Amino acid sequence: MVDCLLLQDTLTSRMKPAIALEGISKSFPGVKALSDVSLALYPGSVTALIGENGAGKSTLVKILTGIYQPDEGTISVGDQEVHFPTALEAARAGVTAIHQETVLFDELSVAENIFLGHAPRNRFGLIDWKKLNADARALLSRAGADLDPTIRLRDLGIAKKHLVAIARALSIDAQVVIMDEPTAALSHKEIHELYALVERLKADGKAILFISHKFDEIFRIADRYTVFRDGTMVDEGLIADVSQDELVRLMVGRAVGSVYPKKDVAIGEPVLTVSGYRHPTEFEDINFELRRGEILGFYGLVGAGRSEFMQSLIGVTRPSAGAVRLDGEVLVIRSPSEAIRAGIVYVPEERGRQGAIIGLPIFQNVTLPSLSRTSRSGFLKLANEFALAREYTTRLDLRAASLDQDVGTLSGGNQQKVVIAKWLATKPKVIILDEPTKGIDIGSKAAVHAFMSELAAQGLSVIMVSSEIPEIMGMSDRVIVMREGRIAGRFERAELTAEKLVRAAAGIQEAA
Amino acid sequence: MANILRNRELLLVGAIAVLLALITWRFPPFVAPANLGRVYNDTSILIILALGQMAVILTRCIDLSMAANLALSGMVAAMLNAAFPGLPIPLIILAAVALGTLLGMINGALVWKLDIPPIVVTLGTLTIYRGLIFLLSGGKWINAHQMSDAFKALPRDELFGFPVLSWLSLVMIALVFLLMSRTALGRAFYAVGGNPHAAVYTGIDVGRTRFSAYCLSGALAGLSGYLWVSRYAVAYVDIAAGFELDIIAACVIGGISIAGGIGTVAGAVLGALFLGVIKNALPVINISPFAQLAISGLVIIVAVAVNARAERRKGRVILRKAEAV
Repeated sequence: MVDCLLLQDTLTSRMKPAIALEGISKSFPGVKALSDVSLALYPGSVTALIGENGAGKSTLVKILTGIYQPDEGTISVGDQEVHFPTALEAARAGVTAIHQETVLFDELSVAENIFLGHAPRNRFGLIDWKKLNADARALLSRAGADLDPTIRLRDLGIAKKHLVAIARALSIDAQVVIMDEPTAALSHKEIHELYALVERLKADGKAILFISHKFDEIFRIADRYTVFRDGTMVDEGLIADVSQDELVRLMVGRAVGSVYPKKDVAIGEPVLTVSGYRHPTEFEDINFELRRGEILGFYGLVGAGRSEFMQSLIGVTRPSAGAVRLDGEVLVIRSPSEAIRAGIVYVPEERGRQGAIIGLPIFQNVTLPSLSRTSRSGFLKLANEFALAREYTTRLDLRAASLDQDVGTLSGGNQQKVVIAKWLATKPKVIILDEPTKGIDIGSKAAVHAFMSELAAQGLSVIMVSSEIPEIMGMSDRVIVMREGRIAGRFERAELTAEKLVRAAAGIQEAA
Repeated sequence: MANILRNRELLLVGAIAVLLALITWRFPPFVAPANLGRVYNDTSILIILALGQMAVILTRCIDLSMAANLALSGMVAAMLNAAFPGLPIPLIILAAVALGTLLGMINGALVWKLDIPPIVVTLGTLTIYRGLIFLLSGGKWINAHQMSDAFKALPRDELFGFPVLSWLSLVMIALVFLLMSRTALGRAFYAVGGNPHAAVYTGIDVGRTRFSAYCLSGALAGLSGYLWVSRYAVAYVDIAAGFELDIIAACVIGGISIAGGIGTVAGAVLGALFLGVIKNALPVINISPFAQLAISGLVIIVAVAVNARAERRKGRVILRKAEAV
């Protein structure tokens, strides 16, 4: 470690950073997202930014690109301190970001995308199309893309879109290129094209920040690393001086499991058996058993196919093959309403998009999937609905002035409680919670965890999809790790370690 | 939200009251009970249609074909009556409603199964339905003398001092109110429009729910077809041309959100009544038809602006939470 620091000192003294962040802090109500973070990016060098979900990587990218303003700390480009009050200012200072899903315009041509906002003009002040297309062609070839600048962007694949984004970065003379999990949606061949491009950008003297969960690619293309954990920078250095094991340890680096209200429950007989589940594009070969009173964790990186599998299990999408047994009986689920009737419910991840129905009062949100039970001879009985909603919102300790109030007026944590109450009111046998505590405050998190534990104790079987290692380790009886649509590991609670989870999820071979 | 909605409808009641007061100042006889009854009766068809449109708009769709559906169903009713004068009127009404429902089902099926944007589907069927009237009638009119007396009399017949037309609209208001507030389907309309993604996970079939809304709007358009043709005692290709805009205007004025999920039966009825009062009052206080159009347009924009503000307030709350994440 000492050697590495010395080496780093010589490096820094030789080279001036293209951009440097010093003592950056950023808080959101209830959460300290970044605390006293420093980061320097050097010309002609690729720095890998590593950290778990929620470590503060995205917040940092947003600060670098002018979307968020830091509460404390400075950003300097060259010797000058700069401020990025808007994304445009950051772009002018030469910072550009390439996201997982590129932020470009599908209906415009490649050349228009590259020069949007700074297209060359002719002497009448109109767009000079000839120059636009010629310049675009030149930039594309610099980015290593042999593309016709006049075709529409929508006709390109994601990898080619990345190239267009990079050509755009070149067109504004970006010195700092941030790549946020750029390979997450790419095929094997495309990934190699991207690596080649990163090499070219490096040779061009760009400073590159490369965010990735994949250790193999970090070791392949990065020169330096920075590890974030819980909003702080825990270590940085040269890739050459570090091993995969060390990075995993730095990334996870803490004891977990003690603060979770996990009850010891006698695990009963198998309730749900899934065998041979596959989907043409999302996942394959999913087999597992879920037992009574069990909390089964599903861990994996974003995009590992966990949510896609769950949605297929409850009939939102159709698998191409696979069988489900519930309490020993073969079950065919063609729609979510059939899943609900059978006793399998899914609490989706995106609360806003898939959870609460803003505009409906709390009680109607709760009773929506249970209306057949609260109705009498085809007519809704509001009194029954209120009673049902009151029963479950009380159990979840929902804080609301009245059950008649619009669910949109509640805080995120309380909305989540309404959504969970909605599903519990259907009296399910199996409840699937997808990222149940994502983006809610710590108090609500604890309430959700306690309740999850309580449900298992009452004999419900719980599947918890989570990308948070502490939550997975703290709450699960067993963990299934998914990677690229397949099951990459199964662990009993006793043998769980954060390192094992990260290894399985990232596809790292066990160290000898 | 419930409060804002209630206020919104109270606001509309207030606006109608102010409107009536202004009219009274210029032309006192307008507010005589008998005249107000006539105004209501005159607005009855618009109210029935607005109820159907409301259900469709609640599910984040729109039905531009209602007036064309009305005209086609009305033409078929009139032709049935002209061809078979002995056919009982209830049977003719049933035929008109059935045909209207069928036309609504076509809209609904296209939206559901082919996933075509509702505005495109109903713009297309609007033209097709109008074209069908021409094909059926050969462009000829069915005039009063071709219709049986019973056919023409029903909407005008009085029951407890009010025309059957008024009673029918009241019955429809009651039925749709019951549907919206006391059945799972009514609740589903709100859920589908309020958050279609969440509705899917809740076990609601979004496509089927939209299909049902189109069936309802079609059925009500079919009923209105008979009522329109018998009341005005004439049927031709262009009856109720452009009326689809009045129907949508009534909904918008009544606070039914074009973005779906928000709106009430009371709102739709009040919105229709507001337009009805304007249409009936402006001529008697000597305001030109052109100014009438402008005033109607102004009212729509004001109503949308008021609703948009209410919704934006709601949107900001969500945004603040999203940022805290």
